[in-house]
Formats: sequence, C-alpha cells, structure tokens
Amino acid sequence: MRFALVDEKLVPKPLLTTGHPTYPISQINSSCTPQCNSAFDFNPELQTYLSGRQLLLDELPFPFAEIQEHYENGYLVYRQGILLKGKSCKCARCGTTEARWFSVFPCARCGENCLYCRQCLMMGRVSSCSALVSWTGPEPKAATVKQHLLNWNGTLSHGQAAASAKTVAAISQSSELLVWAVCGAGKTEVLFKGIEHSLQQGGRVCIATPRTDVVLELTPRLKAAFPRTTVASLYGGSEDRHLHAPLTIATTHQLLRFYQAFHTVIVDEVDAFPFSVDKTLQHAVQQARRPGSALVYLTATPNRKWQRECLQGKRAYVTIPARYHRHPLPVPKFAWCGNWEKKVLRNTLPQNVLSWIKHRLNAGKQTLLFAPKIASMEKILPILRKLHPSIESVHAEDPDRKGKVTKMRNREIPLLLTTTILERGVTFPNIDVGVLGAEDVIFTESALVQIAGRAGRSASFPAGEVVFFHYGKTEAMVRARSQIMRMNREGARKGLLD
Amino acid sequence: MDLFAGEYCLLCNAEVGHETSWTSVFLRSSRTQVCAVCQNKLKLLEGELCQRCGRVLEPGYREGRVCYDCLRWENDPEWQGLLSFNASIYHYNNFLKEVIARFKYRGDYALAMAFSAQLREKTLGAEADLLVPVPLSEERLYERGFNQSEALISAAGGEPVNLLSRVHGEKQSKKTRADRIHLPQVFQIIPDMVESIQGKRIVLVDDIYTTGSTLRHAAKMLRAHGAESVCSVTLAR
Repeated sequence: MRFALVDEKLVPKPLLTTGHPTYPISQINSSCTPQCNSAFDFNPELQTYLSGRQLLLDELPFPFAEIQEHYENGYLVYRQGILLKGKSCKCARCGTTEARWFSVFPCARCGENCLYCRQCLMMGRVSSCSALVSWTGPEPKAATVKQHLLNWNGTLSHGQAAASAKTVAAISQSSELLVWAVCGAGKTEVLFKGIEHSLQQGGRVCIATPRTDVVLELTPRLKAAFPRTTVASLYGGSEDRHLHAPLTIATTHQLLRFYQAFHTVIVDEVDAFPFSVDKTLQHAVQQARRPGSALVYLTATPNRKWQRECLQGKRAYVTIPARYHRHPLPVPKFAWCGNWEKKVLRNTLPQNVLSWIKHRLNAGKQTLLFAPKIASMEKILPILRKLHPSIESVHAEDPDRKGKVTKMRNREIPLLLTTTILERGVTFPNIDVGVLGAEDVIFTESALVQIAGRAGRSASFPAGEVVFFHYGKTEAMVRARSQIMRMNREGARKGLLD
Repeated sequence: MDLFAGEYCLLCNAEVGHETSWTSVFLRSSRTQVCAVCQNKLKLLEGELCQRCGRVLEPGYREGRVCYDCLRWENDPEWQGLLSFNASIYHYNNFLKEVIARFKYRGDYALAMAFSAQLREKTLGAEADLLVPVPLSEERLYERGFNQSEALISAAGGEPVNLLSRVHGEKQSKKTRADRIHLPQVFQIIPDMVESIQGKRIVLVDDIYTTGSTLRHAAKMLRAHGAESVCSVTLAR
C-alpha cells in the first residue's frame, strides 16, 4: 500500500483526501509517532487483538479508517515491513538479511516493483510496501494476578530443586539463564515455580519450542499445573491464534507475530532443529520479549560455543546432571562395523550388527535403530524384516509416523528403524538403542547425546544399552560420550545418584 | 558475483549444485533452479494425451484420442470448437498443489521462474500472436498483489497482453463442475483493446486446467470479438 506524509503523519492512500504524493512505506523516513491522546475512546477489541503483536494490515479484521484513527491518536504504529539501507535489505518481521531470501514482483498494491521476503512468506507476505502494525496504547488489564496459583503436588529431585531455585531468581531479576539438564531429568517441572512467580507479578510468560509436537505435549501439562490461568497454545493452524493470554506456549515460528510482548521467555530445546540453524528464529525470540525481560534456555545438549561460555563463566547456567530416578545415564559403546553401506547394497548387514540385533530380538528387548538417510533405510528395512516380519521404519515424511510410534509404545513392534526424527521428544520405557553409521555428519554431538538419552528413561528400567556402530570414529561421537560421562561424574559428586 | 556461491532450489530452498564446473562458471544462465529431489516430485504429463485438453487418456474414459470430458464440451453446440486445444505441463499432484498454493495464495512470485523453460516451450509451441492472461477481479488482484497468469507469461519470457477484465465473484475453486459451466459470463473485453483482437491467434495462459470452464468462458468472449483462434497453456492439469 502507498502512504502519504501529511503533517508528519502517515496516511494510507485509500484514506487520503488531499493531493499529497504517495510512496511505498519503505521509502518514507518518518520517525515521528503521534503522541498518545488519553482522551481518545479506543476500541478494546483492537487492543487485545494487537497488544504485544506485530501484524500485517491484512491480518487485522478492522476497517482501515478505524485503524488509522488509532494511529493518529497514538495508539498504534506503522513500521516498515522491509528495511532498505543502501543496497542491503532486512525483513523487519523475521530479521532475514541474506540476499537469497529476497525476490521482486510487480506489485498491484503499490504499482511498483516490490521487494518481498521469502523466508517468512508462509505467515503472510511482507513486502517493501507492507506496514507492520503494533499497539502502543495502554495494555489490556490483566485479570487479578492472585489467581495464577500453581496446582502441582509432585516433588522435585535435589537436582531439579536447585535448578528451579535458580530459575526463579533469574526470572525475578529479569536476567538470562541456561538450564542444562540431561535427557530425562524432568525439565518441565523445573519451570513451574518460575512461571508462577512471573505470572503473579502480572507478567506475560511464553514457552517457545521449535517443534509442534512439544507444544502439543506441554499444553495439557501446563493447563493442569495452572488450572486458573488462560493458556494459549500456538502452532501453524492452531485455534488460539488471537487469544491474548498470560501464559503462551508457541512454536518459535509463531513468535514472529509477537512484538515486545513477554516479561519472561523460556526457550525449550535451544539446540533442536530448526532453531539452532535458523537465525531468524533467534531474531523472533528477541523481538517477542520486552526490553528488560527474563530469558531462560532449556536444553540437554548446548552447542560447543555455549558449553565453552558456561565453563569460562561467561554464561549464567545451572546443570541437572542426573535423571530424576537417580540412576546414571547409559554410556554409549563404540563398535566398528566396516563399510556397512556396501553390505547394505548386497542386502546384508555387518556381522556384529546382525548378531546384536538378533540377540535383542531373541531376548524380546525392544530396540530403536537409528540410520542416517531415508534412502539407506529403504534398503535396510527388508533386510531386517527377514529377521522379524513386524519390524517397522519411520522418517519425517512418513504419513503414519504417529501410528508407528504408538505401536512401538504398545510393544507391537520389536525393533523400530528410524532417522534422527525420533532423536528427541519420544519416550519408550524399556529399550536398547543402536546407531548404524554413527560416523555420518547428521549425527552431531548433540544428536548423539539425545539418541543415547532415549535409553533407560523409566525408573523401573533405568538401564539400557547404547551402541554406536561406525565405519571410523568421529569427534562428535567421542564428545558425545565424554559429555555423558562428565554428567554422570558430576551427578555422583553432587550425590544425585544412588 | 561469487562464482562459487551455492545456488538454492526455488521450491524447497535446499542448496543445489555445489559442483563448480567450467560450464557453470561461464553459463550462469543455465543454472538449475529446481533440485533433483523436487524435480522428481513433479510429474510430466506423458504418454497418450487427449488431443483437446492434454490430459493423460485412461481406458474407459476416452473415445479415440479424446477424453469424455472434452466430448461433452464438443457435443454442446454452445461450446463446440471455442477452445482449439489445451496444453498442460504437469500432473496436478499433491506436491504441485502445494507449490501452486504457495505461488498463488501466499504470493511467492519467484516460483514462476521454476517453470520458465517448460512454459516457454509450450507457449512457443502454440504458435500464437498474443499471450493473454486470465484476469483477476480488482478485489482479488489487490488481495494477491499480482496476477498468477501474468507471472507465468513473464516467466515464459513473453509479454502479457491484457484483453480481458473480470467481475468479482466467488472463488472458482469453491464451485462444482455444473456450477462452473452454467455460470454467467464473468469476463469482459477491455474496451480499448477491442481492435487488437481482430484475426489474432491467442494463447490463454493459466496455472491450472480443472474443468476447462474458465478458459472456455474467456475463449468465448475473445472469439465473439473476432479472435481467429484461442488455445490455452497451463502449468497443471
């Protein structure tokens, strides 16, 4: 849309009554935002819709004239969707600056060649003539804060309790904290006290995670823990899209629609794809938090840089080095298996892999077997099925992924062959874990720690064997193993293991 | 320009063509826009095709080299011969459905370039005087920001000539075949363009041929104003 600058104020072309020249908003440099007129009778519906958000004009189901009236009275601002600076450009919503994500189209709205961002396109196109709208007026009144009581009767382990106390402290001081908790430590419960604290101060809290699965899993747990608090659950296509709630659980993608909204942001699984690879999602977290807000990161596997920063004292962190059931983490064994890909082409597997699998099938011990590629899985599955007909495989694009995971839980599948898609988030009570081709680049240190973390999770079956079958040991494998051993030592030292 | 910079697939954004050869250095124009994985998911319409609408002929649904749908159109005196033929490129499978949705509804204009070569081949093959886009109503055009038919013509390297306008109505995709065929005419000739139609061989370009009724309504209008022939090219069938 084109805008004119009339008396220092932006006026969209459809509402323009004078002959002022109009331009796409990205070509108008106006830092002036109208003063908030406290006598103005604003629309509370627009307020709850827009507060803490950044939305495109298309996303606002209110008449132009009404939106403009709120702008002129200082209740909302129009920001440039694309920031042009010399030859470079930046998407104001997702923060992308890489040239490859931008493209040009002849735009019917502004009549010019418009630059648009392809990175966050699926959330509605941001182009050089689009305005991002955010609320600057008073915030919606929060319901009485006393109601946000935590209703959870469980007890925390010693490790959890220590981390919980640190989290509360970080939240009350509005600082940053990394909670480095081993797989199966019970991370979610550690958050409860901190969330309660923030809510009781009248703050808005957001738990962001890269994966929709995790949003769906966390929502009922938090609703149960905070029965009198409204919880918004946001992911692509969710129904809570416009719910203004004190507690929001969202995919990191959905954060792109928020702007200076939260007093506390908790980012779960910082290292998980796509958050760690996607700078835009880091940007989303920064945009969604208020200036001077608390930021808590949760992970079992921080990257090398973060690990270093922790050990050098440059990053505030707390570890939970042991599982809540007080048994050590299973330490992975390494087993050289030669050129397994060549074997697979000949419709067989390395001898030691075969005998390991047969042993498990005979003993009736359920097994998860990870392999690097979908392509190799397709060849491996028929080989495994000769050993047992009910063996299944699963990968990201498998339409029956959920069904197969359920079958595995019900013990209907003796061995499940999988890509890294099941490296985190799934819990099967009593399993052994194998990785075939652990030398592949896809098996990073953090992926391998997560994979090893699938074994021995339940208190009734705290042991489980983890074997990395490889054709050449990699640094990632060695680091993963030493990280696990370090956590076990720390757990023992702190008296968190029996 | 960074000669060794990776190229990215237009459809899935994965990096393609790491290998740098002399050809890739000197002939930048021949670079791959679509990675092999995506290319594989696109299925060309091949084999025995309906002479009229370009679909793959199936046994029990054909008479000679024409499909039953086209027979119905051609046996109806109102529609007989209005559209000389339609040529389409790909099967409208789930993958292409998603690509077209991203292109048209999400407004990812750049995607048209993924089909540049195939569109060029088909439009040139139609031997026409004018490449004409199927118009959008003003409201729809504002909503989407661009007309997908025009984008496809530009991607084919052609010059879109707007001859038609459209009155605003319900979305085609929300209607049944009977609804679509018995629709009142939604197209009009843009008054200034009446003279440019006389005796011209016209190719209509659109993203998808579903029942063929949109294209036939447009063809009817163009033929009534003196077009010598009207055929169509679409990305999907």
